[in-house]
Amino acid sequence: MRIAVLSGKGGTGKTLVSVNLACAAEKATYIDCDVEAPNGHLFLKPQNLKTQPVSVIVPQVDSSKCTACRRCVDFCRYNALALLKEKLLIFYEVCHSCQGCILLCPEKALCKMPRPIGVIESGMSGGVTALTGRLNTGEVSGVPIIKELMALMPDQGLTVIDCPPGSACSVMESIRKADFCLLVAEPTLFGAHNLKMVYELVTLFKKPFGVVLNKCLPGENPSAQFCSEKGLNILAKIPYDPELGQINADGLVATRESKAFFNLFGNLLRRIQGEVPF
Amino acid sequence: MKQLLILSGKGGTGKTTVASTFIALCQSDTFADCDVDAPNLHLVMPDLPSPNKTDYYGFEKAVIDQECCTHCGLCQTHCSFGAIQNFMVSEFECEGCGVCAEICPAHAITMQPHISGDLLLYQDEECIFSTATLNMGSGASGKLVTAVKCQLNDRAKGDIAIIDGSPGIGCPVIASISGVDFVLIVAEPTVSGLHDMKRIIETAQHFGVDCAVCVNKYDVNPTTVTEIEDCCDNLSVPVVGKIPYDPMVIEAVNRCQSIAHYPNSPAGCAISTIWHTLFNRYLK
Repeated sequence: MRIAVLSGKGGTGKTLVSVNLACAAEKATYIDCDVEAPNGHLFLKPQNLKTQPVSVIVPQVDSSKCTACRRCVDFCRYNALALLKEKLLIFYEVCHSCQGCILLCPEKALCKMPRPIGVIESGMSGGVTALTGRLNTGEVSGVPIIKELMALMPDQGLTVIDCPPGSACSVMESIRKADFCLLVAEPTLFGAHNLKMVYELVTLFKKPFGVVLNKCLPGENPSAQFCSEKGLNILAKIPYDPELGQINADGLVATRESKAFFNLFGNLLRRIQGEVPF
Repeated sequence: MKQLLILSGKGGTGKTTVASTFIALCQSDTFADCDVDAPNLHLVMPDLPSPNKTDYYGFEKAVIDQECCTHCGLCQTHCSFGAIQNFMVSEFECEGCGVCAEICPAHAITMQPHISGDLLLYQDEECIFSTATLNMGSGASGKLVTAVKCQLNDRAKGDIAIIDGSPGIGCPVIASISGVDFVLIVAEPTVSGLHDMKRIIETAQHFGVDCAVCVNKYDVNPTTVTEIEDCCDNLSVPVVGKIPYDPMVIEAVNRCQSIAHYPNSPAGCAISTIWHTLFNRYLK
């Protein structure tokens, strides 16, 4: 079963929930798709790390063949190519790797060149296989890394996908193959607003989903209110707990530190598994 | 006019809390929210006029005319984004590159404008607030951030613009950084917070923009604060202040207000000190 954990915004506890769900299952795969700011590995501390580079295809120009005909420059919708005094310049940061310029060059002056944009690290943390995508700083899009991570996802067993924040392209890529989406929300007006966004996203993609309310305090909870208005299924409420906060701040895994947290996340996992027939 | 951008490498660290407080403190009349994926700043700006909304066109999308299509499959073979399957274009995957339209021998594919979000402008005598919302599952967030900033710059008045940034280090953040005078990074004292802070400092330095750090909820984990300070020292980034954990912040947010409305609150006081330090040192 593949569970994607998402939240609309960072800081709500996606990584906390994802890491602990994987650890509560004891044998599972954890995939950190938040390639701009991956944090799961800080808790899981995977051993025997293997690193593989992730590259995108960009054009490389052979100046001896280029006739400065402008075909590529005029075609590129991202303005990744320019001609300056008959010399072709390529701006790799804005290239989307569509390869149209390479395809259309009448002189075959452009060829494919792999350009590294980040890495995937894999290792073991107890029974959990941890895969982390990491975008190099200064790079624009982590989507190619997420696509490779998704291709590495096992068919069998439990996989927990820790999604990037927001509801844009990288999040869509991360939930595409998920069987269930778990929405994590904070008890604030911001939290409710962000929950609404991911709720719209999972509805658009017709994914089965449930909600976890994190950092719950007594008193008003705009996210809980939103759930009751829309009739959303709340699978767990995690109280605001200084002990959990401290464990988390120290980079430890709560389920591995305390029986109570092991039970809390174990119960959540069983509830999720009860939601989708497998 | 100087532009101050608030970033964090990750969401949920308090960017919007800090930005909204700065806006109130300096009585800035020019500000923007560049977190187009999940904009929140408007939620704590209670007296905004109603916004002027314009459709935002991102990249075009390919459309296949089924009557002309001869099912040759060339488009599918050459689409680098896997956006064409069974002679249909998935709008979520199409990045609008135009390769398919260019190579289709039957001229069955055209590139058509596609609305990928709303550009919002709140404007009255008191303020100009530029922001946007990206449609669910749309790409081109960097381009939209650039549009938000253009909308602000075109109408900017006053001495200082405060910009609430987007999380991460990718395209919306890079678009936010471009052209600003100074970046304030909000870091949380956790192992994750330290890690994210390093990545965003690297990103800011990569683009050659000066930055400083403030630590939010510093009292939650004093040992990591020391690590943050050491790390900033090594990277030659000044730490300009520390904000204590303060339940008043949540209360203020839930009342749609910034913590500047509670000047005696611990977080309000701390952010005010940070503002004055920043202003006197870097923004004057």
